[in-house]
Amino acid sequence: MSGDFQPDVVAFCCRHCAYAAADLAGGSRQSYPSAIKIVELPCTGRIDVVNVLHAFEDGADGVLIAGCLSGKCHYLKGNLYARQRVDYLRALLNEIGLDGERLRMVNISAAMGIRFAELAGEHVERVRSLGPNPLRRTTKQGAPA
Amino acid sequence: MIVAETKPLEAVARMVQGYDRVLAVGCGTCVTVCFSGGRKEVATLAASLRMKRGIEGKPLQVDEAIVQRQCEWEYIDPLADQVRQYDAVLSLGCGVGVQALAQRFPGTRVLPALDTLFMGMPSEQGVWEERCQACGACILDKTGGICPVSRCAKQLFNGPCGGSRNGRCEVDAQVLCAWHLIWERAEALGMTDALMELEPPKDWSTSRDGGPRRMLRDDLRVPREEEGDE
Amino acid sequence: MIPIQAAAVPGAPSLKTASNLERVLAEGQFAVTAELGPPRGCDAASVRRKTQILKGWVHAANVTDNQAAVVRMSSIATGLLMIQEGLEPIIQMTCRDRNRLAMQSDLLGAAAHGVHNLLCLSGDHQSKGDHPGAKNVHDIDSIQLVAMVRTMRDENRYQNGKDIPGGGPCIFIGAAENPFADPAAMRPYRLRKKALAGADFIQTQLVYDVPRFREFMKKTVDLGVHEKVAILAGVGPLKSPGMARHLRENVPGMSVPEAFDTRMQAAVKGIDADDKQARTRAWREEGKRICVELIQEIREIEGVAGVHVMAIEWEDAVPEIVRAAGLSPQTAAQPQQ
Repeated sequence: MSGDFQPDVVAFCCRHCAYAAADLAGGSRQSYPSAIKIVELPCTGRIDVVNVLHAFEDGADGVLIAGCLSGKCHYLKGNLYARQRVDYLRALLNEIGLDGERLRMVNISAAMGIRFAELAGEHVERVRSLGPNPLRRTTKQGAPA
Repeated sequence: MIVAETKPLEAVARMVQGYDRVLAVGCGTCVTVCFSGGRKEVATLAASLRMKRGIEGKPLQVDEAIVQRQCEWEYIDPLADQVRQYDAVLSLGCGVGVQALAQRFPGTRVLPALDTLFMGMPSEQGVWEERCQACGACILDKTGGICPVSRCAKQLFNGPCGGSRNGRCEVDAQVLCAWHLIWERAEALGMTDALMELEPPKDWSTSRDGGPRRMLRDDLRVPREEEGDE
Repeated sequence: MIPIQAAAVPGAPSLKTASNLERVLAEGQFAVTAELGPPRGCDAASVRRKTQILKGWVHAANVTDNQAAVVRMSSIATGLLMIQEGLEPIIQMTCRDRNRLAMQSDLLGAAAHGVHNLLCLSGDHQSKGDHPGAKNVHDIDSIQLVAMVRTMRDENRYQNGKDIPGGGPCIFIGAAENPFADPAAMRPYRLRKKALAGADFIQTQLVYDVPRFREFMKKTVDLGVHEKVAILAGVGPLKSPGMARHLRENVPGMSVPEAFDTRMQAAVKGIDADDKQARTRAWREEGKRICVELIQEIREIEGVAGVHVMAIEWEDAVPEIVRAAGLSPQTAAQPQQ
């Protein structure tokens, strides 16, 4: 594994909590790694299994799903459905040959900017230690291994 | 609806291991509403297979298609040109759909990505249960709308057996004892007297035991031109 | 087969079959039956040995039919060995393994060999047994089987309604009932249904809860069922406190009062915890004692025509229990051919 490996981690963030927290982190200079590429959604419940699979198929090294705290989802149960899908996906990723650990779901509130930065940083490090997405050599031309 | 579930990824991968180009075909009816063979499930299976094979270093092209119903010629005929371009077709239809595709495209390998389980319904979201075994001679009028052929593990007609426990079947505590349910329903409907009558042995010849079945509707067949006038 | 009438004795009841069990019940004797478990293999010697243990102590003995869905020597084959050794068998037939053709066929054969009694059962589901992938049959259910055998015997007709050339088998027909299984309220009605279908005798699941059994019998007697079928209460010796617990927790419809657990535990008081042999012996003695007490209580209940002693893989216990319960020597009987 090359020491130059810069992971790409797609972070699906719900507008009402996680995205706001990320925004807060950015605004108050709580840095989180540039590896994190944020995708804003109305709710983590919007995420389908295929969305995560396509992210990995397109070369993402890791995926982070950030939603509201349990019981506080703006759409009531969206984050709970997301959690169920994440459990399903982690097992599926293992069957595919990608480590299920590359996918994580976290729950935070809009006020938790520092926490968002911490969790994002933790997941990037986790993904870094897992190494590049083995599909990179087949999906991205000339991408560094 | 016909309820089917996706085979384990490993099993599907084994079926297509000798191929390079596969078309995954979903079905827009039963398997869509039991979430095993609809558009999203086709996309999930296709992406999973592509990634698995990519990681193994043996790339597999898996393209995606869906039809309204795989069990009708008019819906699968339009696939003909497309199917020709692939080594194999992976059907995410029920067993009927797989066979229809295989019959329509005899030169192509058609493989089943699903295990067809039963005719049933979602008793609650995410839980599907068997309800009908297509015995061909419905007696639901006698049992208050609860089927002993499909819901009793021993297909009793004068049940329950001695294994009924707290309303559950001895075979699986998750399964309700059909005869317990029938008795309760009979009490609610005031038809317990009927349950005291001996139900005679069933004529199984209308079910699978009688051999592969067919249903004919002469009034619906395409008329032949030679039919003369009165 | 023409039934042998007890014509030599004036005023004797006319019998439907040559069954010793039928004769005993018709004469008003308290009937005693027990169970003989067939071997897992082809060993006829074990059958002969068990037969010798039970012979003379019971009026007839049940032979199980792939009990617990585990393959064993067939009930009919085992029964034939018992007949050779001088003990009348009660063949058991489940609906799980045979369709109506095989059932009728087997019964004709059994009758030709001198089998007089049949117990009709649904059968334990094969998913619990040693061949869980087997197809189950359940062409007809146990009550339909009772009715079918009655038709063969009394009307000399097959299940399809056609005549049986030479007449049908003369079989004394039994069925089982689990008095406390759910839904409990309908069990006496189900018993009546079996009686009306043609059952001649009933053997119940193990009874440990006498008060509850008394209630069940009261309801059964009120329905008049005891006059149509002879009811034999199931009894069995406990082997250990663990067995009491196992029955209560794992067997549907079992009601085992905690008092028996206490008695079983008390039975090993004073015995060294490491002396397994002595503990087992003490438990078994207490188990047999309890069984005898149960028999003595149960026989006083109106409508009970006998007991069915189930000493699972412990046939040795039966003679002792029967003797201690005061049910011998009348139980000694030779089977009629």
